[in-house]
Amino acid sequence: MTGGGGLREASAMAEIQENWRSIMAVAMGKTPFIVSLGGEIVEVSPARVLMRLPYAEKLVGDPDTGVVHGGVITAMLDHSCGLAIGSALKSPAPYVTLDLRIDYMKPARPRADIMFEAECLKITHEIIFARGLAFQDNRDDFIARSTGTFMFSRPQTA
Amino acid sequence: MKIDLTNAAFDADALADSVPYCAHLGVKLGVKDGRLVLEMPFQDHLIGNPMVPAIHGGVIGSFLEMAAISQVIRETRATATPKPVDITIDYFRTGRPVTSYAAARIVKLGRRVINVHAEMWQDDETKPVAVLHGHFLIVAE
Repeated sequence: MTGGGGLREASAMAEIQENWRSIMAVAMGKTPFIVSLGGEIVEVSPARVLMRLPYAEKLVGDPDTGVVHGGVITAMLDHSCGLAIGSALKSPAPYVTLDLRIDYMKPARPRADIMFEAECLKITHEIIFARGLAFQDNRDDFIARSTGTFMFSRPQTA
Repeated sequence: MKIDLTNAAFDADALADSVPYCAHLGVKLGVKDGRLVLEMPFQDHLIGNPMVPAIHGGVIGSFLEMAAISQVIRETRATATPKPVDITIDYFRTGRPVTSYAAARIVKLGRRVINVHAEMWQDDETKPVAVLHGHFLIVAE
């Protein structure tokens, strides 16, 4: 079990760094809460991500109209921003949400997918800035937007 | 939403029953010392980071928004669900895998727009996990 562990560890580290982006995307696509909502990752590129959330009855916040709860949009924007940051990092580093602001421009149309696009804007020693957009058919006619600030759990030296 | 939150003896499961997303999070309403307090027992599907493990930031945001909306309904006696205009969530601590609580207060009660502050805590109310402040729009019937 322990023999040659150091070597195996070193090569495993190299592999993790090499495949960091895809590993992170796979891991964040399996986040229990996002899976429970039905959220899925459509595309991950450096510092950018696109996610999709198919409409489901369990997401409804207003039973009179069938509109999804604002918290659903919040959760997906938070997760998309986190994923965009992960895809912008060169190596794994834990980070947490400091604050998140959401502007709700209009209710999401019931019984239709919602798309979430997020972008990592800036990474500094301690703080990371990201923003997100939620839309349905037309990206320019978005339903909500978010601005988030995140913090490394440990200060970055690189 | 057709729930009478103004009645202190209302059915605590009524919100969860009528709002599917509240049921998904397992949120229950209660009145403690005349104050509306929401309770969210921990469940595995609320996890955001399995390594810690920690409750997803989006769960925390959603829970706070439910507290804010419930408080607005209670104080305005609105019969239609108030619409969020904007919210800001500040995260202070990790949401641990235990029962969470949330309560809100109206900061400014306008005729159409209401400014609300909400707090979420776990074991100790003086150590909030996260807070929310935001504006909610009263929907005309």
